[in-house]
Formats: sequence, structure tokens, C-alpha cells
Amino acid sequence: MSSGEHKVSKIVDARGSHCPGPLMELIKAIKNAQVGEVISVYSTDSGSKTDIPLWVNKAGHELIGVYERDGYTEFIVKKAR
Amino acid sequence: MKKIVIVGGGTGGTVVANVLARKRISDTAIIVVNDSSNHVYQPAFIYRALGEIIDESKIMREERKLLDKKVELLIDRALKIDVQNRQVWLESGKQLEYDYLIISTGSRIVPEEVPGYRAAHHFYTLEGARILHETLERFNGGVVAVGIGGIPYKCPPAPAEFCCLLDYYFTKRKIRDKVEIHYLSPLPRTFPHEAVAESIREMMEEKEIHWHPMFNIESIDSERRVVNSLEGESLKYDLLVMVPPHRGAEVVERSELGVDGGWIPVDKHTLQYRDYSEVYAIGDATNLPISKAGSVAHFEAKVVAERIYSDTIGHKPEAVYDGRVTCFCDAGFKKAIYMSFNYENPPKKPRFSYLWYLGKQMVNRFYWSLILRGIV
Repeated sequence: MSSGEHKVSKIVDARGSHCPGPLMELIKAIKNAQVGEVISVYSTDSGSKTDIPLWVNKAGHELIGVYERDGYTEFIVKKAR
Repeated sequence: MKKIVIVGGGTGGTVVANVLARKRISDTAIIVVNDSSNHVYQPAFIYRALGEIIDESKIMREERKLLDKKVELLIDRALKIDVQNRQVWLESGKQLEYDYLIISTGSRIVPEEVPGYRAAHHFYTLEGARILHETLERFNGGVVAVGIGGIPYKCPPAPAEFCCLLDYYFTKRKIRDKVEIHYLSPLPRTFPHEAVAESIREMMEEKEIHWHPMFNIESIDSERRVVNSLEGESLKYDLLVMVPPHRGAEVVERSELGVDGGWIPVDKHTLQYRDYSEVYAIGDATNLPISKAGSVAHFEAKVVAERIYSDTIGHKPEAVYDGRVTCFCDAGFKKAIYMSFNYENPPKKPRFSYLWYLGKQMVNRFYWSLILRGIV
């Protein structure tokens, strides 16, 4: 799987999730990932557009991109530490 | 004779067994496998930790007495589930074959996944709640930190609720001015849903509870009494309460039915496991991105019972789960909020009121008689 130049190693499909929410699914995935791995999160929750960049920045990871797809938003995140 | 086997006798397993029994499906046996003869009401653990419940007999009943007489109960431990051959292997050596299988094995806590975990207390088992209560009774002042050691965990409002109830507890003990309460939220808010988070934040500010956004516990330094976050922050504490990380049941992991922590992948509407239309999973056991809560197990159990019943009478199963979740959050001083939402509709901003406090008391009371029997 790839998104642009980045090879996505895991897709977290959190579409339809309000609670515990796509961010929590991303945190779980990041915790289990190796440094350098790229994770893609699908979300239909509008709050993710604020939450995910905020958390990625605070936690010191890299937000590679945010893409509007057909009915959902895709976030590409690289585990940086 | 056909066999419906239910592995796990918690909320979901008990409700699905009782609803199916009432359908009186001809020539069909309903068997529940549970590793304990007792059924414990887990939402009461928080009250045991705070000493509002001391008599533990009030929060447990014999599982046999909660099940319809037509349901067979096996007190045994499921060791392996073989979905290809439709068999469940038990610790006693018995081997059960089934026509329908419902996996309601819940979740288990794994505090050992957090380095330094022995320094932290929790209220996610009866024993943990009992020890936390003894510790709280000896605590006369300092910093209490309440945080989360792993995602997902059971009952999303529980840690915020515990902070509010600690405020009530220390106020009653007349030492509130000597205690700092810190809530370490894994999110940028106090709660996953924005509308609910606003209500909880207002309540925390009113109660002078300090909350730290985006603090996911990564490790604990027990010697220095410092808790460290995944995001790179630290907090010094005198008493640490950590919601332990959770995983799916051992039998699920051993049977290789789970993904990412032992959670069973099911269809979000039909609750069926992959291509096995005769295998369902409900409650905490699933990997659905919704709350791990008793209400979810309860609503899912009713859907699964309806689907299996339709199938046994030759109808196409049409009942589906819409992601419905309901829960309460008790803020102490006889005030609570109530939330209700599903896959499509997030909760609205709730208001703390005495009415919802009474609502929570009603649920606690009618759990045994109405909820477990599948009457509501």
C-alpha cells in the first residue's frame, strides 16, 4: 500500500467511530508501530481534523498529509520517535 | 438437536442466552460456558474503591440464578475455539460442538504492559478496588494522579468520573483542601465527544480538578514517584491511579481469532465473525471502534439473539446493530450526566443533574432483574 511517496504499513479504518474516536485508534497503532512506520487513518469524525494534527505535533511524530477522500478524511502519519 | 454455544457469561452472554431461551426454539440446546459460578456487576467497582460499597455480596449473584432454566450452564474454562470445525475445547477435557457460536469473552487487564505498573492502583477488578480503597483511607493529602495506561479500555468515562468522585470523597473526609487531583486525559479534551467534553471540563473546573490534555501513560518511575507520558511529559504524584491496558480474552488470542490486542473482527452491523456466518462476537470482545461498555454488550446481545432466531425459523436475519451506546457519568454530590449515541449520531451536550443520578441508581438496581433477563 502506498500514498504518494510513502509506503503505508498499516491502515486504521475508524470511519463511523465517534467514541473512543479515530485519534485513540491512531494512538493505539502508533504505540504498536516501529519508528519509521507510516500509518494511514480513515475518519468520518470532523473532530479528527483538529485532534490528530494536535496530537501528532505534541507527541513529536510527523503528519505527512491530510487528504479528503470520498466521504471521509485520510491522515498519513509517520512514527518519528 | 441443534446447539447454540455461548462462551462467556458476562452481561452480553447472559442477555443473549436469556433472550434466546424465551424464543423457545424447538429442538435446540442453549449452553453457556463460564469460568466462574458468580456474576459480578463491574460498574460497582468504582464505588467499592471509594468505600460507598463495602458488602461485596451486594454486587454479585450466582450466574445459575440469573439464567433461564432452559439454559444449560457449564462452569468451565474455554481453552480453544476451532471455528473451522465448529468446536470449543474446555479445560475439563470436554469438547462442545455447535451450530451457532457467540463469543462474549470480554476483555482482560494487562497492567504489566506499562513499565513500573506495580506503583499504580486501579479499580478494574474487585481486588484492585478493595486495595485502592484501603490506600485511599490512609491517604491524608498530596497529589493524586488519574491516568490511562492503554487504549482501548473499558468504560471511557470511568477515569474522569473517578476524579469527580474523588473530589466528593475527599470533601466528605474534610481534607479536600489538602489534595490536588490531576486528570491525565489521553485526548486534547476531557472526553472523546466534544459536546460531552465541554460538560466534563466545566465540572472539573468547578471542582478545581487539574486536567492535562494528551497525556497517555507510557511508564512509571516508582522510586521518584513520577509518571511519564507517550507524548514526552512527566508528573510527580503521591498516589497514582491508572486505568490498566486491556486485551482480548486468552482463549481468543490462543485460538488466533483476534487482531491487534486480541479483539475479534466482526461486521459492525451483523456482528458476525469474518466469513463464518454462524459465529458472532459481542461486547468488549470485538474490535469495533466503539465504547467497551455493558450497554453495548446488552444491545448487541439482543441483535444477535434476534438474528439467530430468524435463521432457525428459516427467515433471513435482518436485525442489525446501529452502534448504540448509553452511559452515565457520576460527578458526586448526587449529580450525573447521561449520554446516548450511535454510529451516525454523536451525543449532545449533557447537563449534570439529580435526575440522571437517579437514573444511574435505577440501572444499578434493575441490572439483575430487567437488563440481564433481556426484558429491557
